[in-house]
Amino acid sequence: MKTFCSVWLLLSVVELSPAPPASQEPPLACRGAADPAPPQPETAEDMASTGDLEPTHYPARRAAQVALHYLNTHHGSPFRVFGLQQVHKASAEDVEAGGRKYKLDFSVTDWASGSAGPALRCSADVLFPRTERHSAPDVKLRCEALQQINRTAQEEEAFYQKHITPDSAVSARDIPDSYGNMSEEMQPFWRLARVAASFIMLRESSENTEFNMAQVASVTQQESSEEQLMLEFVVLLHDLPSQEIVQWKLLASWSPDRGVRVLQTEWQPRCPHATKPPN
Amino acid sequence: FNRDQVLRINAESEDHIQILKDSINIILRFLDFWTHGFSTERPIDIRVPHTSLSAVKDFLKKNNVPFTVMINNVQELLDRETAEMVSNAKMERSTKSFNFAAYHDLETLYSFMDTLVASHPNLITKVHIGNSYENRPMYALKFSTGGVSRPAIWVDAGIHSREWVTQASAAWIANQIASNYGVDPSVTSLLGQMDIYLMIVTNPDGYVFTHTDNRMWRKTRSVNSGSSCRGVDPNRNWDAGFGGPGASKDPCSESYHGPYANSEVEVKNVVDLIMGHGNFKSFISIHSYSQLLMYPYGYTCTDIPDKSELHSVGTAAIKELTSLYNTIYQVGSICKIIYQASGGSIDWTYNIGIKYSFAFELRDTGYYGFLLPANQIIPTAEETWLGLKYIMEYVRNHPY
Repeated sequence: MKTFCSVWLLLSVVELSPAPPASQEPPLACRGAADPAPPQPETAEDMASTGDLEPTHYPARRAAQVALHYLNTHHGSPFRVFGLQQVHKASAEDVEAGGRKYKLDFSVTDWASGSAGPALRCSADVLFPRTERHSAPDVKLRCEALQQINRTAQEEEAFYQKHITPDSAVSARDIPDSYGNMSEEMQPFWRLARVAASFIMLRESSENTEFNMAQVASVTQQESSEEQLMLEFVVLLHDLPSQEIVQWKLLASWSPDRGVRVLQTEWQPRCPHATKPPN
Repeated sequence: FNRDQVLRINAESEDHIQILKDSINIILRFLDFWTHGFSTERPIDIRVPHTSLSAVKDFLKKNNVPFTVMINNVQELLDRETAEMVSNAKMERSTKSFNFAAYHDLETLYSFMDTLVASHPNLITKVHIGNSYENRPMYALKFSTGGVSRPAIWVDAGIHSREWVTQASAAWIANQIASNYGVDPSVTSLLGQMDIYLMIVTNPDGYVFTHTDNRMWRKTRSVNSGSSCRGVDPNRNWDAGFGGPGASKDPCSESYHGPYANSEVEVKNVVDLIMGHGNFKSFISIHSYSQLLMYPYGYTCTDIPDKSELHSVGTAAIKELTSLYNTIYQVGSICKIIYQASGGSIDWTYNIGIKYSFAFELRDTGYYGFLLPANQIIPTAEETWLGLKYIMEYVRNHPY
């Protein structure tokens, strides 16, 4: 493990990228910070998580967040990220082949427009498989009037045109900063990171996790490819139950036509207690 | 006015009065009478310029008019008064100019506490409850209008250092309580019967570390023997279901419970104060984020005997909170609403008989998370104060 860590560190230092070298020094690694905790095993105090669920309690909420991650991967953009407003109804049942399926009725809002924005009503089936090794939950989602919400086409196009030019080389760290400051210019990049991170959060979720994106540690624009904006992000994810901060590096593409795609993800271990990534 | 003096003349007889009256024209030219009207009933105070001092004293002695030196050096007194006024104005400006809508480092928060105490000396004292692992003082602000060991309410913020909106809100709330006393009838009546202990920075080592090294640091900064990882989760270190599910035994984990209950000096200091005092009626711990108001237990999902009451107090408190900016909170036990967690503070306080034990998780619900923009500090503090006030009033109205 130590060798892996040193080699990885070495690679990070020599990595070819337009980002300033300092940013490659793993900011949180080797400070003795924690491993991402493996999903906590269900305890003897397992809540009655089948049948009708209390909408305000965590089992329903966690499942709804998973549905949210799914929604964002499909409909998120630099000008749209959805957040959970409220869970109205929830139930769960064990299914054959192991696993638990949640049925949810909930509302979401576009975080970009704050609580002033309209709420969308959604329903979802979220299936958490019970396998030896973790596998991603399966989501089936229906939201009413998705097409009717304010199109942000104009902003998206303007943002795209501004940054698809060959001399655009966006590079920034700590978004927002320690004080919660985020410049106007950085907001679409933050949202893109949040949407891209949703791919990871969706994939890594279980009944024992509840992920949010804590911060964008860095964004570095890469050379555009196939008319897609190419962005390398390092994101810090926060898992509520374990309280761990998990660091991921990812490469994402975006265009108004194709939306967000995540091309590469790499879990970043924290030395000296590097362990295998969850997958 | 340097070296001028004020003499007090006690005219004992009509003769004395006559002498003074006769000399009045001369005297008036040189002297500055601080009291007027001559009689034997009241003393006469005169400010005597330094240059005339010996002449006046000789005159009075020669005529057997008794006098005493009231003020030895007028300028000195004036200087002291001015200094006090300047200082008071500065302190008022400081508490008025303390920017509640910004995040501050430990030194600034500590100096704010001193300023607040100095401008409300009859209401607030700073209680040094002990030191942190790295030897930083831990201070609680005690709001009290007197009495001995009155029933008390405890509020702490920042036990998890990365939850910056909590320390910032607590500073605002401290100021709010101080300003409301004598103005708001409810706060005034509360403080007439109970004391409030407010701990703005419950984990000072962690707080400093979030400024110098790692904004996401949560735990204490204690050294864990046999590990290169530092720190213990101070809210898994209390003696309630210690070491059970919902806490980690890995020192590198964010929820590491520590080698044994109260191993963390930060926790031990609070425990000792609570036990030593013996008369706390409510214990409220402030965290972020998630927008929740919770009651025990965390270490088990079994309902507490007082669940019904605490749930309705919580529900009513949240109604007050939400009324301000429409911020939605949920109410429930820790175990059911957020996660099972052992060794938590409010579980311990509930189990030792402090019935009204609550924990807040402030804004937001994950958009900014720990990195809540500073422009949300005051709105967060304002709405939280409404919820807190409701709970405190309830505690006052339901003595046990």
